[in-house]
Order: sequence, then C-alpha cells, then structure tokens
Amino acid sequence: MAPPCQVRVRIDSDSDIIVARQKGRALAAELGFSSTDVVRIATAISELARNVLSYAASGEIRLEALNCRNRCGIAITASDRGPGIADVERAMQDAFSTSGGLGLGLPGVRRLMDEFSIESAVGQGTTVSATKWCPQ
Amino acid sequence: MMVPILKQGHVLIATIMAALSDEDMRQFREALLDRVVSSRATAVIIDVMAMDVLDSFATRTLREIAYMTRLRGAKTVLVGVQPEVAMTMVQLGLHLEGVATALDLEEGLVYLDRLNRRR
Repeated sequence: MAPPCQVRVRIDSDSDIIVARQKGRALAAELGFSSTDVVRIATAISELARNVLSYAASGEIRLEALNCRNRCGIAITASDRGPGIADVERAMQDAFSTSGGLGLGLPGVRRLMDEFSIESAVGQGTTVSATKWCPQ
Repeated sequence: MMVPILKQGHVLIATIMAALSDEDMRQFREALLDRVVSSRATAVIIDVMAMDVLDSFATRTLREIAYMTRLRGAKTVLVGVQPEVAMTMVQLGLHLEGVATALDLEEGLVYLDRLNRRR
C-alpha cells in the first residue's frame, strides 16, 4: 500500500524518532528519491526529531509529499511547544549546542536538505521546516 | 533490541541487526564494554551494515565505545558503513576520528590480523 501524502508522528520518546524516520524513508522512496537522498532525508528527520525530544520533551514531525510545477519533493516540519531558541543565528553555527549534543544538528540538517527555515519564539516553541526536491 | 556479541579468539564481534533507538544504543554500549572487560578481548568489531542511518547520536555513541574500549587496551574496528550513510555523515559533519574502519567483517578480521602480526 502506498504511504499517505501527509504523515504526522508524535515525538514523545526515543523510539518515536525511529518511527518518524522510517515513515520518512518510506515516503521518500515512494516519491522516487535516490537511495542516497533517502538516507539524507531519514537522517535529517532523525536529527530534527531528537532536537524536539531533547529540548522540548515532546512535539511532532510532519512529513508531506510535495508536487509543484511537476516537481516532487518532501517537506519535513518539526514542531514543539518547548522553550524556544533565543538566538537562532547562533543555533545555526556549527559548534553551538545547549543540550550537550554535538551542536551540529541544525546546520547539518540544512546541508542535507535543499530548503531550510526556523521559526522560534522564547517560551512558545520552535518550528523547523526543511524541504528536499527530487532531482530533475 | 538486543545486539548479539560473539567471541572469536580475542576478538568480540557485535552485529547491529536493525535500527537502534537511543536507549538501545546506550544499552549496547554498556553490554559491549562489560563483555570487553569480562572476556579480556583485545579487539572489537562492530558491524553496522544493517544501520540505515548513522546520525549524530549513533556516531557519538560509537566514538565513545571506541574510546572506552581503547582505555581497556582493546582496538575497535567499525565495519559495514553503507556508502549512502558515509556520504550523509560527511555532509552532516560527523566524525569518527580514532575509530578504525574496514569494508566488512572479513576485511575487519584481516585488518586485526595484520595489526597482530606487526606487534
């Protein structure tokens, strides 16, 4: 059965990270991404889902199949109602981390994907969106 | 998810059979280090061929295993990193400094054998 065009995965525990990336992998393969891109997409989901878990304790990953001017793609949206990021610019630097991680999460994800954006408000939460387009 | 750890001579061979959650990964690290101590192993081969993703957490845990094992006087060889996974790791900026790697289990054993003969 073909996966649905939009999938939402609740992130409450570390096993949900695996669920999210497996669903992303299935959707990306279905859309015809190369095996390398499928791994890139699954890894990006893994990093974003772990950020949700470690900074906000819970949240959601939304995966969406895109079709724009005959071009396909996949959009990943990670959202949480956690503490938010006070300095988004700094969070995008390669060495920055506040949770004892590697501090490579967000810039790394940006390198794996084609489009990347963050919206964050202190005390309200964070939404990270990343898109990968199928090669033409 | 249990990771089977086999002993062949002084070498421990751990084969990760499927994607591991962070908690599984931590348990694997503890179990492997226990075995390194109890079996007096001189080398550990970790086969990650079945891992479809090596993200920052998995990479960090593997690096920790290799470092802790080295403190016990044993060598760690990581085998079976898939080409797609390798490309993604480089792009993500993940490093495995200090961890020896080989193509697969067979090459990993050959590498350790050569290392032993040089001693």
